[in-house]
Amino acid sequence: MSHTTQPIRTTEPVNFSEALLGKMDRAIQQFPEGKQKSAILTLLHLAQAELGWISVPTMDKIAEILHIQAIEVYEVATFYTMFHLEPVGKYVFEVCRTGPCMLVGSDQLIEHIGQRLNIGVGETTEDGLFTLKTAECLGGCGYGPLLQCRHRFHEHLTPEKVDALIEQYRQGTIEPGAL
Amino acid sequence: MNNRKLLLEHLEVPGIEGIDVYVKHGGYNTLEKALKKMSPEEVVEEVKKSGLRGRGGAGFPTGMKWSFLAKPEGIPRYLVCNADESEPGTFKDRFLMEKIPHLLVEAMVLSSYALGANTSYIYIRGEYMYLLEILEKAIQEAYAKGFLGKNIMGSGFDHDLVVTPGGGAYICGEETALLESLEGKRGNPRIKPPFPAVKGLWGCPTVVNNVETIAAVVSIVRDGGEAYAAIGIGKSTGTKLISACGNLVRPGVYEIELGMTVEEFIYGDDYCRGIANGKKLKACVPGGSSVPILPHYLVTKTAAGEDRLMTYESLADGGFKTGSMLGSGGFIVFDEDQCIVRNTWNFTRFYAHESCGQCSPCREGTGWMEKVLHRLETGKGQLHDIDLLADINKKIEGNTICPLGDAAAWPVAAAIHHFREEFEWHVTHPEEAQTRNYGLIQQPVVA
Ligand SMILES: Cc1cc2nc3c(=O)[nH]c(=O)nc-3n(C[C@H](O)[C@H](O)[C@H](O)COP(=O)(O)O)c2cc1C
Ligand code: SF4
Repeated sequence: MSHTTQPIRTTEPVNFSEALLGKMDRAIQQFPEGKQKSAILTLLHLAQAELGWISVPTMDKIAEILHIQAIEVYEVATFYTMFHLEPVGKYVFEVCRTGPCMLVGSDQLIEHIGQRLNIGVGETTEDGLFTLKTAECLGGCGYGPLLQCRHRFHEHLTPEKVDALIEQYRQGTIEPGAL
Repeated sequence: MNNRKLLLEHLEVPGIEGIDVYVKHGGYNTLEKALKKMSPEEVVEEVKKSGLRGRGGAGFPTGMKWSFLAKPEGIPRYLVCNADESEPGTFKDRFLMEKIPHLLVEAMVLSSYALGANTSYIYIRGEYMYLLEILEKAIQEAYAKGFLGKNIMGSGFDHDLVVTPGGGAYICGEETALLESLEGKRGNPRIKPPFPAVKGLWGCPTVVNNVETIAAVVSIVRDGGEAYAAIGIGKSTGTKLISACGNLVRPGVYEIELGMTVEEFIYGDDYCRGIANGKKLKACVPGGSSVPILPHYLVTKTAAGEDRLMTYESLADGGFKTGSMLGSGGFIVFDEDQCIVRNTWNFTRFYAHESCGQCSPCREGTGWMEKVLHRLETGKGQLHDIDLLADINKKIEGNTICPLGDAAAWPVAAAIHHFREEFEWHVTHPEEAQTRNYGLIQQPVVA
């Protein structure tokens, strides 16, 4: 497993599809000449949506596309919590754990999901399908407890609903909420 | 009370998220009126008259903020919409953007006209990516109809609107951190001055406003600033979105006229309908996680026994001793079964997680507070830990670059102030505290 503290492996090239490059180009065009760096977060989101996580070669490639130093991408990617800097499961469940969600049972929900999937927070199931993470306030405080997966909110969750949800993800019947 | 809706007026109209239905219900008429019949200065004047105050949390008068914008020749100015919405308890901007995206688009063009900005940005938190796509669609529709782009409705005013995502960082809601992030950097708040009004995005004069603040400008210009100011009480004018959550029968987003009683908001049939599961109210954080918590006996009444109102002034009545703040309108309600120590620890963990790490008092202090609170919560604390928290608090407060440090410190101070006996009980009854919650506070703290 690669790790953020490992030396950079620039020799291992990463492939961005034509479609991905096209989307990246459109994002860059939105900003004035010379301000392309502003598209960096969009590029990271797009890359992650296609590749699943953000590796060092991915960051290097983004730096190349934006004509900036690689370090400028590393420091951004490591600052924002939405970017997975290590390989993750196909479906990452990010369960909100902050106050308002806790008031309506997020602690129990996190425990329940962990038991169902037989993993702890931060871990991935052996089949590589699911990763369980916790998140700070996701902006759905009135609709908790809730989780987000591939930009889709799943709200008002109960143990039964979560069990059904896991099954639907296994079957591959839930589309990403965006990107 | 006849509760007028200005932002959510057309909420129930099917298809209001599309441009045709939006236009059919008067959408973009206000923009046309401003572009054809008003000068930018006249628009600013209406906003000043309206008494509109920033809805992002600080409540700064919007008209005044706009008039501070520097206007040097030959340098572009920007309007940036803060859609980072990450303050725990707050989910109103999401609701507005999802339901009526064109209101924000119209408001962005209108406000940009007033400020003389030919480009504006909506910076939206990355977790709202689905909303970014809704907004992009609305923006494309507006371009197609000529409400965006060159020479809008023949007025000679050009405007481009771009929406761009964050990456998951509460601190990017702070306006200078937001600008850093929008420039493609880490979200480290800037030292002020210079303020964004002078040096903002890419060093150019910039106004940063909350989604709801900007959206309110449409009805202000449509009906006139005075009509807006006629709603509400004193310096709390107009309507406000309140996102209510926690242990309520009916949590959700409500547009209220400022000035209604807290009692009606929590218990009224048109609003939250009381505490869920027939429980009693224990406490309330009325304006997002950063504002002081109020114990049950100070929620609907002030310390002087007057009705507490949903206004900036009334919620703050009593200062830090017996009051709180309207803040962002994130209204969090706790029932009698909730543990204040656990909640305080939870919020502190949030701030420790979200500190950008630039200032030692904030970076280290939030971490220490989190550890001490965790110790108390898990029955391993000692009585002097409670004073230790107060001490850490004092060392953070006022000693940091941005207000996140204060936002982390104040709620802890308020929780200890009002609920000290519950904190002490966690120390004196460590085992019992693991098996049951303290319940309602017994002894009201007298200011
Ligand atoms: C830590 C921190 C987080 C903030 N988060 C937000 C936010 O998510 N949304 C927002 O509109 N304002 C937020 N603010 C306030 C902004 O800095 C700024 O005051 C606001 O966007 C100004 O807009 P307004 O005058 O329309 O309220 C935050 C401030 C701080 C210190
Ligand atoms: S107060 Fe905290 S969040 Fe704000 S700049 Fe300092 S370290 Fe960063």
